[in-house]
Amino acid sequence: MCTYQTTRLPVRGSGKGAQGWFPVSDATVYVDHPVHAPADHTLNIDLLNPARGAAARVALELDPGSARALALAIIETLDSAPPGLVEPSAP
Amino acid sequence: MTDAMRAETIEITGHGGDTVEAYLARPLDGPPTGGVVVIHHKPGYDDATKEITRRFAAHGYLAICPNLYYREAPGASPDDAAAASRARGGVPDDRLVGDVAGAADHLRSLPSSNGRVATIGYCSGGRQSFLAACSLTLDAAVDCYGAFVLSSPPEGFPDHVPQLADRVQDLSCPLLGLFGAEDQYPAPDEVDRFGTLLTEAGKEFEFHSYPGAGHAFFSTDRPSYRPEAAVEGWQRIWEFFDRTLSSPR
Repeated sequence: MCTYQTTRLPVRGSGKGAQGWFPVSDATVYVDHPVHAPADHTLNIDLLNPARGAAARVALELDPGSARALALAIIETLDSAPPGLVEPSAP
Repeated sequence: MTDAMRAETIEITGHGGDTVEAYLARPLDGPPTGGVVVIHHKPGYDDATKEITRRFAAHGYLAICPNLYYREAPGASPDDAAAASRARGGVPDDRLVGDVAGAADHLRSLPSSNGRVATIGYCSGGRQSFLAACSLTLDAAVDCYGAFVLSSPPEGFPDHVPQLADRVQDLSCPLLGLFGAEDQYPAPDEVDRFGTLLTEAGKEFEFHSYPGAGHAFFSTDRPSYRPEAAVEGWQRIWEFFDRTLSSPR
């Protein structure tokens, strides 16, 4: 189904899209129909910078298992980074 | 009458007097004919939806698909535009109705129009097709597996998608509903409740639920495609439009 359940959050960093690197300011996370992945529904992540237009976007479509594994890997990598290397606070 | 047709991107006047991009497909000859406003699904104003729009023209109808994300992302690729719209909370219902009204007006203005206009939508477009038919004077509406017609997304999620049970009494035209019996959004019990509300309101409607089909069974580019249900569904659509769009207003 087309879902309306979208998690939106501000982010800081850079992403590489179709037009090269750009600063990312927003992220959306949602389960919905993919555009490319061969599945009915995927966990989709968009990293965006609306001020630079719709094409300033890094898009991911992951099967749910891969998305969970990635989420865990993100947390584990941050938790195991050498002390002082990673800021503890959210953006 | 030949099978010649023309399909192209045009501009129409939508909600609030805004200029909105749209894809228009129409036969080049033949008698006056009805029009169909194709409401694209949440993934966007994409190739698959334009193909559907051309399909109606190939069958002798005027057809138009407004780009519901044009304001958020003019000139963007369909998936980038869909992402931009989602990040801003989606398409508000009043704006959708205004854009459909503008598209319908454009169809009626064409020399080959017989004055009759229908809407058809798939998925999120199914709900929007029903909404448009409750908000505008139309001749027919088709709801293909529209979710959240009677139920609402969970509290706290950014997109505001009101349920439409209170709007049933405003339905202005016959309604065709095509659903997958294995779909959960909408689930069979919601489809049954929808039918009950329409019956109680004295509305003309026709629902079909296809065994072995779930959501998005018309989508030829998805694993959800179910050829038997899709072929049957398209036949129901042609019969419905032949009955509701053929005679001049």
